[in-house]
Amino acid sequence: MNTAFHLDDATVVAYAGGSLSNCLSVVAAGHVAMCDHCRAKVRRAEAVGAALLETSDAQPMKPDALSAVFERIDGSDWVQPMTRSDASDDPDPSLPLPVSRLLDHKLDDVRWKTAGPGVGIHVIEKNDDGSSLYMLKVRPGHKLPDHGHDGQEMTLILRGAYRDEIGRFAPGDVADLDEYIEHQPVIEDGEDCICLIATEAPARFKGLVPRLLQPIVGI
Amino acid sequence: MIAPAVTDGIRRQTGKNPQAELFAQLLNDVAERRDRHAFAQLFEHFGPRLKGFMMRKGANAELAEDLVQDAMIAVWNKAGMFSPGKGSVTTWIYTIARNLRIDRLRREGSRYFTDIDDYEEASDDPASDDVVIGKQQDVAVTEALDVLPDDQREVIVMAFMDDMTQSEIAEKLDVPLGTVKSRMRLAYRKMGSVLEDLR
Repeated sequence: MNTAFHLDDATVVAYAGGSLSNCLSVVAAGHVAMCDHCRAKVRRAEAVGAALLETSDAQPMKPDALSAVFERIDGSDWVQPMTRSDASDDPDPSLPLPVSRLLDHKLDDVRWKTAGPGVGIHVIEKNDDGSSLYMLKVRPGHKLPDHGHDGQEMTLILRGAYRDEIGRFAPGDVADLDEYIEHQPVIEDGEDCICLIATEAPARFKGLVPRLLQPIVGI
Repeated sequence: MIAPAVTDGIRRQTGKNPQAELFAQLLNDVAERRDRHAFAQLFEHFGPRLKGFMMRKGANAELAEDLVQDAMIAVWNKAGMFSPGKGSVTTWIYTIARNLRIDRLRREGSRYFTDIDDYEEASDDPASDDVVIGKQQDVAVTEALDVLPDDQREVIVMAFMDDMTQSEIAEKLDVPLGTVKSRMRLAYRKMGSVLEDLR
C-alpha cells in the first residue's frame, strides 16, 4: 500500500529500538503494517539493533540453560512449529493486525461514547503518566478544535479522510507530530473519519469550550 | 564462539560474511529437520549475547536468563517463518527478543498487548519496497555505527541498548527533545543509506 504521510525517522529508530512508549508503538505498528516504505525502514533500523546485539557484552548462561530449553520444548509448553501461513484470530481483517487486536469485534461494532457534537470516542488505554490511546470517529465536514500537545501525538487514519495545515490524510497515512505543532483537522465530506490516536501527554485545546470538555472526553 | 570445524562444514558462497551464512544454514536445519545440534550452536552463540543485552536494558540475571530461554524457544518454534530476503538471522533474533521483552513488561503493567510485530510474519506480502538485504548486512551496519559522530552514536545506543525514550535521553543529556530527535534522524539517514546500498 502506498501512503503519503510516514513515520518520522526518529520514531523509526525508537520503534526499532523497542524504546518507543507503548501507546505510540501501537500506532506506529499499525502504520508499518499498512506502509511498505516504513516497513522497509524499520527493517533497516532493526539491523542496527542486530549489530549492537552482536557486539554486546556476553553474559554466560547457566550451565543447564540449553537442557532446560530442550525440556520445555519437549514438555507441556511445547508449541506446534509455526509456519508463515498461520493466521491468528483477527476480529476485523479490514484493519491492520496491530489495530484489530485492540478490538474485541469489528470496527463497525465499536460502541462510541459521545465526546462532543459529531465526535465519538473509544478509549483503549489511558495511563497515569498522561499518555493515552484512543479512537475517534468524526462526522464529515466537522472541524476538530485547534490544539497542540505537550508531547508527541501520532494519528493513524483508518477510514475517511481529513485535511489540516499539513495536508490531506487518508487511510494508512500517519501524522507523526511533535510538541511544536498545532493543527486543526477538518473532516472531508462523504464518510465518517475514524482515526487511532496515541498521545504522550494530554492535548492542549485553545478554546474555552474544548478546554471545559477535556475532563469529560478524557484526552 | 563457533568451532572452526563447524564453519568448515558449511557450504559457502563467495566467501561473504561466513558467520551470517552459517546462522542461516543452522536456522534452516532447525526449521526443516528440527535439528537439535544446529539449535545448540545457535543457542551457544546467541544465548550469552541476548542475556548481556537484556541485562544492559535493566533486567536482573534471573529475568534475563528467563527471557533468553523464551526467545530461544520462539526461535525453535518460529524457525520456519524466517525469511532470508528480509534480513539476517541476527536481525530476526533481535526482533524476537525485543518483542518478548516488551511483551513481558507490558504484561506486568496495566494492560497487555500481544506481539505487535506479528503482522510482519502473518502478512507474507511480496511488497515491492521490501529491502532485500545481502549477507554482508551485519558487518556493514557495524562499520556504519563505528563511524557515526559520537553524539549521534550515543542516542542510538541509548535508544537500542539502554531502553530510554527520547524524553529520557533528552533529560539525561540535558538537551532539548528536538535535539535528540534530530540526532536520531541524522544517525538513521547515515546508517539507512549504508543499508540501502546493500540492496
